[in-house]
Amino acid sequence: MTTFTDPYASSQETTEGRVYSVTGGDWDSLVTEIGATKEERVVLNMGPQHPSTHGVLRLILELEGETVTETRCGIGYLHTGIEKNTEFRNWTQGVTFVTRMDYLSPIFNETAYCLGVEKLLGITNDVTERATVIRVMMMEFNRISSHMVALGTGALELGALSPMIFAFREREKVLDVFEMISGLRMNMAYVRPGGVAQDLPQGALAKIRETVKELRHNFKDNEKLLIGNSIWIKRTQGIGYLDLAGCTTLGITGPVLRSTGLAWDLRKAQPYCGYEDYQFDIPTTDTCDVYGRFLIRMQELEQSLRIIEQCVTKLEKLEGQPVMVADKKIAWPSQLSIGADGMGNSLNHIREIMGESMEALIHHFKLVTEGFRVPAGQVYTSIESPRGELGVHLVSDGGTRPYRVHFRDPSFNNLQSTAVMCEGGQIADVIAAVASIDPVMGGVDR
Amino acid sequence: MSKDGMFGAKGSGDTSGFGGLVNATTVIGSTQRPFGGYFDQVADDLERAYPLFSDAIEKVVVDRGELTLFIKRDRLFDVAKILRDQLKFEMCVGVSGAHYPDENDRELHAVYSLLSITRNQRIRLEVCVSEKDSHVPSLVEVWAGTNWHERETYDMFGIIFDNHPGLTRILMPDDWPGHPQRKDYPLGGIEIEYKGATIPAPSQRRSYK
Amino acid sequence: MGLVVGLEEKLPSGFLLTTVEKLAGYMRKNSLWPATFGLACCAIEMMAAGAGRYDLARFGMEVFRASPRQADLMIVAGRVSNKMAPVVRKIYDQMAAPKWTIAMGACASSGGMFNNYAIVQGVDHIIPVDIYLPGCPPRPEMLMDAILKLHEQIGNEKLGPNREKIIKEVEAAALAAKPTHQLKGLLA
Repeated sequence: MTTFTDPYASSQETTEGRVYSVTGGDWDSLVTEIGATKEERVVLNMGPQHPSTHGVLRLILELEGETVTETRCGIGYLHTGIEKNTEFRNWTQGVTFVTRMDYLSPIFNETAYCLGVEKLLGITNDVTERATVIRVMMMEFNRISSHMVALGTGALELGALSPMIFAFREREKVLDVFEMISGLRMNMAYVRPGGVAQDLPQGALAKIRETVKELRHNFKDNEKLLIGNSIWIKRTQGIGYLDLAGCTTLGITGPVLRSTGLAWDLRKAQPYCGYEDYQFDIPTTDTCDVYGRFLIRMQELEQSLRIIEQCVTKLEKLEGQPVMVADKKIAWPSQLSIGADGMGNSLNHIREIMGESMEALIHHFKLVTEGFRVPAGQVYTSIESPRGELGVHLVSDGGTRPYRVHFRDPSFNNLQSTAVMCEGGQIADVIAAVASIDPVMGGVDR
Repeated sequence: MSKDGMFGAKGSGDTSGFGGLVNATTVIGSTQRPFGGYFDQVADDLERAYPLFSDAIEKVVVDRGELTLFIKRDRLFDVAKILRDQLKFEMCVGVSGAHYPDENDRELHAVYSLLSITRNQRIRLEVCVSEKDSHVPSLVEVWAGTNWHERETYDMFGIIFDNHPGLTRILMPDDWPGHPQRKDYPLGGIEIEYKGATIPAPSQRRSYK
Repeated sequence: MGLVVGLEEKLPSGFLLTTVEKLAGYMRKNSLWPATFGLACCAIEMMAAGAGRYDLARFGMEVFRASPRQADLMIVAGRVSNKMAPVVRKIYDQMAAPKWTIAMGACASSGGMFNNYAIVQGVDHIIPVDIYLPGCPPRPEMLMDAILKLHEQIGNEKLGPNREKIIKEVEAAALAAKPTHQLKGLLA
């Protein structure tokens, strides 16, 4: 690599001494050159493209043999400028942007944003109960599908290949439910300010009950494979230690915080969307390690199923209620249905706005072209996403467009703890620690 | 003598009349005591623990069930330490930035959201600085999690945090010029190409606020 | 496999006639190994395509090679930011020829819904793309359809002087082509 000029890899003098980049070339000549300087420090770049780094995360590790002495995270490889983009769209269109931030939990992004908009509008209590219960049910299904990806990819990165197939098999069942209710498997833009986009279709409740039964039966596959597995235990117990003091100063929430023994969950502590009416537990462990976080995620799956069952019972009683807020100046106007050429406005709705009600036509026109106006002010709402506290800081200046939308993504904070968790351990433990944090780079970089 | 009437297209071809609309923006003013809820207790505790409290607070706003304390930037570090140690706000959930180009000499705001787990309380601190002198003391020594948040606020808004252990760009490439989320930074899209025509980028389109 | 019509019936059974190009194409298309290049949401759908229900293993493609040196196919799944762009180019250069690219999703094909300062408006600004796959995100079945279309394309690729002739023709056509916004008169 120093015998010819490679545009990607040539040795150069820096303030730290001579730096050699290795991207191929003769190993012997590299070793003799480094050996001449008696330097033992190796800086390893687990670059943005790596099968085990959970997305485009760049880990810069300083190694001494197999031990990691220093870790730094390079992020920003997925920065999309979503927050600035929302300033050029109206409040309802913001949902489609915001849903693509943390792409494994789109419903959580949408719900946090919509709760913030509703708080600014002052209609938090006017959102119908049916819409709230549907939001809770979709959020818990999303929690299951997100944890399935976390478990599957975490296991894959540590070398266990079957849990990934099992996890994605269960995830497909949840995605079927999503598709039935909202039309899309991912990035649905289903939760809108004021309620949800459309009501549950016929037969949805029966399918949900069936899915819950299947999931409860099939979660045992992964449990039997991993929980008592001695290889899994050896690779995850005692790894990635981060105690309560570390978590609070770094602002870490979610399964990582609950693995320290503190049962802090926003669904119980600062309930939103009617969570105070549901019965569920907060799983915690007190080992502060990767194995504890893994157990928490597995137990949260069962708790989510409990909540979904309670949602289904409630939805049966709320049959026929609208799913959008009553104020026609805010409620998304169109009723969607499947027609001969795909999904679009239902014919009843068209008949109403074109033939029967002038106000309905005006509302539809103004809401779709201009959007509703939100009174000025700023608000911070937060919900419990599968990774921790997902917070939204919304600033409105009284217009139809957001003035500033900032997402406090849980993975952004959680990822700061990689250095604390990994330094002093082995390289293989870095992978386990990052997998237990479960970062989603779309949320980290926004 | 010009014969222009009220109607007709001038310049941009916009005949709707909405192009000349000027929207007045409202600014939320200061709230008087009592604040309601646990905000009074927080304000009282802060006054008791920090005798120079009234000097450090510029404005207190209680709006939509949330408390915002506007702090002078040179007192920010002391107030933060007291909030963490005496008032038990153990966690700083995030640092956000905002750019208000209309407020002269107070354009850049840094917003800190704090959470107290022991008391289950949330408040917000806001610091306003001018674009010409956008230095704010760093709170990394108080809450270590603000490290990356302050880097992001620097990257996106240009607020410089003094005594930050490593203030570099975090989301944009390291040598990127400008601070993207400021209001005077363009969105930077390209024209959308169709067969036979182009449509301007989203930020260049005619729109009515 | 190609046939020279009629001749094979006259030969004793057990013989198939074909051309070198078709044989090479057949071998290449049935053992494409993708490189792991999942960036954002489309990566999750790509993983779902490789998982149990929509199974890429039936096309011989379930081994996503981590090292670009061992991969033939780069499925750019997700939005490419300006910071990531040099990395995409570096990975593409590290792949050994023959190599193909699928731009999966709207963001990789054209920048998608993110028409702003941070996203490269289409990964074909950086690397040559063979198949563009729309969708946000495209379903795993759409990804498999794109892969099958790519298989057809690969199966019909020419070798040697035929290939060079085609490359020259395509390049000349591209240089002489009118840009899209000047193609008037096609809509009405």
